[in-house]
Amino acid sequence: MNRSDPTFVRHGVTGRLNHWLTGLCFVLLLLSGLSMFHPLLHWMAGLFGGGQWARAAHPWIGVVLTVSYLGMIVQYWRDNGWTRDDVAWLRAIGRVLRNSEDVPEVPRFNAGQKGVFWAMALLVPALFLSGLAIWHVYFSSYVTIEQQRIAALIHSLAALAAILVWIVHVYAALWVRGSMRAMTRGDVTPGWAWRHHRKWFRQLAAKR
Amino acid sequence: MSLQSQDYVRRSASTLTPPSARRHELEVAKLIDVSRCIGCKACQSACMEWNNLRDEVGHFEGSYENPHDLDPSTWTLMRFTEWEDEKGNLEWLIRKDGCMHCEDPGCLKACPAPGAIVQYANGIVDFISENCIGCGYCVIGCPFDIPRVSPVDHKSYKCTLCSDRVSVGLEPACVKACPTGAILFGSKADMTDWAGERIADLKSRGFDKAGLYDPPGVGGTHVMYVLHHADRPSLYAGLPDDPRISPVVGVWKGFLKPLALAGMAAAAVAGFVHWIMVGRNEVQPEDEVEAERHLSDRGGAG
Repeated sequence: MNRSDPTFVRHGVTGRLNHWLTGLCFVLLLLSGLSMFHPLLHWMAGLFGGGQWARAAHPWIGVVLTVSYLGMIVQYWRDNGWTRDDVAWLRAIGRVLRNSEDVPEVPRFNAGQKGVFWAMALLVPALFLSGLAIWHVYFSSYVTIEQQRIAALIHSLAALAAILVWIVHVYAALWVRGSMRAMTRGDVTPGWAWRHHRKWFRQLAAKR
Repeated sequence: MSLQSQDYVRRSASTLTPPSARRHELEVAKLIDVSRCIGCKACQSACMEWNNLRDEVGHFEGSYENPHDLDPSTWTLMRFTEWEDEKGNLEWLIRKDGCMHCEDPGCLKACPAPGAIVQYANGIVDFISENCIGCGYCVIGCPFDIPRVSPVDHKSYKCTLCSDRVSVGLEPACVKACPTGAILFGSKADMTDWAGERIADLKSRGFDKAGLYDPPGVGGTHVMYVLHHADRPSLYAGLPDDPRISPVVGVWKGFLKPLALAGMAAAAVAGFVHWIMVGRNEVQPEDEVEAERHLSDRGGAG
């Protein structure tokens, strides 16, 4: 990066592709999964070609998401370590939500983003393992019916938690203008970095 | 569908009232008198014949049970138990296993496919295969371990109580075939009365724990047993002592469903309200100026 490039790279090509593969899988899983969760949402199965197709495709998409999210963990875990800054930022969450300028400086990711990262790092494996237990075609003979009952409940609860986290994640991306560009084109303006991730800005500025 | 029923009392994964023009229909029941069963398997053969099912020839598993478990082509199965009572007398307990047609069916409660499992006004619980998506949730919901999902067509199968025969006034095929009158079919009230007579007879012959198996935990069943040891149903090849829909299934298919929808909707609404009240967090011109000032300071210093 040099002075002739006025923007900062926030997400490299690999990170962006990995993110959107994960996102695509998540949306497909949400649609097919909810179609099997509540009768009011069963129409979503039609997007997959009907209930049989939604049921058959859902676990395979889940496998892809699990692998894809492992890639996200490998790429992003270093910048998601919990620090004292995160506690300060969380204490100031009221001011953050009011778009105030007066919030503690944060590094590459704030506590909210780290929360999304670690929540999914916990929920994706939980969904994968409980999902295997109720993947009837291949695994029903290895799992007792009582275990399948518990797995189905865990799978539903974890999915609900993941969807709530996802709603927060998507809203935050729309709310903080410039975030979508960071995950599509990959770069942000120096002003964006200054405003939202000042510690990260200082790190990058020091390297210039 | 060329044939339709308008007699539904329950329909899986449905939020509206299903066609239910004849809710007054008499509730039916099949009564299996275990004490009169000789284990001839005529009922098994009749079931295969009427439903035109052909299971693959399996392996001998060391027991009279053949095949050794229910499967997508075996909807009823004689289960054999050798049991020694307290005095050392051997009793051969033979039970015709199959769907119990629960008044409160766990399979139907768990099923996510609209109309894949229905209950008719006469009490019969039926799988409508064209609506089945093959997820296996009915297996999870059933307290009796009855449904079997075919690995070939990914549809779940079980005893229909010969709903096709019953709808035209015939008894189920197994009832017609039974040579000893151990399987009877009629209104649930008549079957309960007849069971009472049988139980009185068994008691007079020394089976003082004889009784009717019509488990209240699932609201009663439309297949009932007369057992000589009704105090211990599990003696009969693991017949559940007190079957009920698992509380885990109750949570999963009960309050979690509306609660989850409400939670997701609330999260989305909260985002919308925040957007309206606070609006987007946008980079201001001053931010760019500040950032540029820091960068050029560095540039100057470097």
